[in-house]
Amino acid sequence: MDSPNNSENAIEVSGLNIYYDKFRAVKNVSIAIKQKKVTAFIGPSGCGKSTMLRSLNRMNELIPSCHTEGKVDFLGQDIYAPNVDPVEVRKRIGMVFQKPNPFPKSIYENVAWSARINGFKPGLGRPSMDEWVEICLRKAALWDEVKDKLHQSGLSISGGQQQRLCIARTIAVQPQIILMDEPASALDPIATLKIEELMRELADEYTIIVVTHNMQQAARASDYTAFFTMDEDRSGILVEYDKTEKLYTNPSDSKTEAYISGRFG
Amino acid sequence: MDLSKHSRPAEILIKAFLVFCGFFSILITVGIIYEVGSEALLFFSNPQVNLWKFFTGTVWQPQAQEFGILPLVNATFMTTLFAMMVALPLGLGVAMYLSEYATPRVRKVLKPVLEVLAGIPTVVYGYFALTFMTPLLRQIFGVDVVNIYNTASAGLVMGILILPLVASMCEDALSAVPQSLRDASYALGATKFETVVKIVLPAAISGIAAAVIVAFSRAVGETMIVAMAAGAGPNFTFNPFKSAETMTGHIVRISGGDLSYDSIDYNSLFAIAILLFLFTLTLNVISQRIVRKYRRKYE
Repeated sequence: MDSPNNSENAIEVSGLNIYYDKFRAVKNVSIAIKQKKVTAFIGPSGCGKSTMLRSLNRMNELIPSCHTEGKVDFLGQDIYAPNVDPVEVRKRIGMVFQKPNPFPKSIYENVAWSARINGFKPGLGRPSMDEWVEICLRKAALWDEVKDKLHQSGLSISGGQQQRLCIARTIAVQPQIILMDEPASALDPIATLKIEELMRELADEYTIIVVTHNMQQAARASDYTAFFTMDEDRSGILVEYDKTEKLYTNPSDSKTEAYISGRFG
Repeated sequence: MDLSKHSRPAEILIKAFLVFCGFFSILITVGIIYEVGSEALLFFSNPQVNLWKFFTGTVWQPQAQEFGILPLVNATFMTTLFAMMVALPLGLGVAMYLSEYATPRVRKVLKPVLEVLAGIPTVVYGYFALTFMTPLLRQIFGVDVVNIYNTASAGLVMGILILPLVASMCEDALSAVPQSLRDASYALGATKFETVVKIVLPAAISGIAAAVIVAFSRAVGETMIVAMAAGAGPNFTFNPFKSAETMTGHIVRISGGDLSYDSIDYNSLFAIAILLFLFTLTLNVISQRIVRKYRRKYE
């Protein structure tokens, strides 16, 4: 693990604890996420990896019983500092969810609305809204499939296409980090592969953090992998965090080895 | 081991009773339509009645054989308009607050209060219109401008009566919007207001439209408040501060008086009633269509 305060880090988490009422779902996690890399969070069900992910753009606040302690530094600013506006955080750290959730608007509007509420203004030297929608859909590898039906409902396309629409809509906001919470778990294998390829491509421009149940997916698509598990209180803890290649071939913790070799989880 | 069929008389009995219950409401409806319809038919087949004049005439004076329904319809829609002006914005506001903004604790207090509002007898609302709303209007706009009986006062109070209905239907529509849409919106950096107005409201629009139509049909059919506060006497006017009688109000007043059975005046009441029935039936059918369409959306 690299030392903190490394400028290549997109997010530095230190001493993070997340509670649902009295239950501690995430215990004392510190982790530094590399910029413009794909980082995978893996671990057994209930190990707090999704909770952990949702804490990185303050989505957990929408759950009334949830509260968070610790520091999450994003480009040197603690996003949990009292004067920080969660809306501003989420404009810069976007999120794609497990179940595709396009708005019941047209494909075009799904992307355009996201851009518009984030102050996108077409103008000289900048793309028009039509161009911007196309750019975002192309980046999400969806343009060719939907270019002839941009004004159909976002709910009319297949699940895999819907998920890529959700990614396009997130790109339209121009975030620096994209969080993905099991983005392919509701999709068939081919659609899954497309999402994985897309994650790789997006890592050229964005920092990607992906929670996955699928160890092969983490192995295929990520540069770094963090392995979480539960301790004796059923709280989520970070066991090991390393380059994906290293973690899969030569894990330093016996629990990691047991998990990736399929002996538990 | 005996696997042969048993006769279970209790099962059959219960099933028969439930079938009866199911068909009972249909029977009653058919009975009402028959009763009202046949009397109305007597009215329309009377040589003194001209169908064209019935729908376009602006004078309703059964004693003078003047049967123009417009004054009654006009007063009905005037009061309804005022009721909607109160019930829709307030009801939707209450619903948005309850569904999107209120903490569970506030919701626990506010919802039962709304239900109390819905449980107040309409005759009490009638008094409220006469003794509170009308004096208030007269204070604001002047005693010379506002009659003691007027459609504005009755309509405004009727709006308060319908408010809980609108609020509860709109809240159902808003809470039926999946949380995942709100999450998606917040994750894109939308504010609460943007999320509620641009994502949740449009997603609930068919439910809200259904609420509007049901409220409308409730207002058209409401009787007690308008009978007490809107005025006693058909009056074709667009001035909301003048007294005028609605369709329901007229039926109540005339049927309370001494009318000879089978006279044309008597039959005319049924003509009004059948028209009223057609209004509300149409509105209910439309709202059911909308609700059905909206149920399909997220399945």
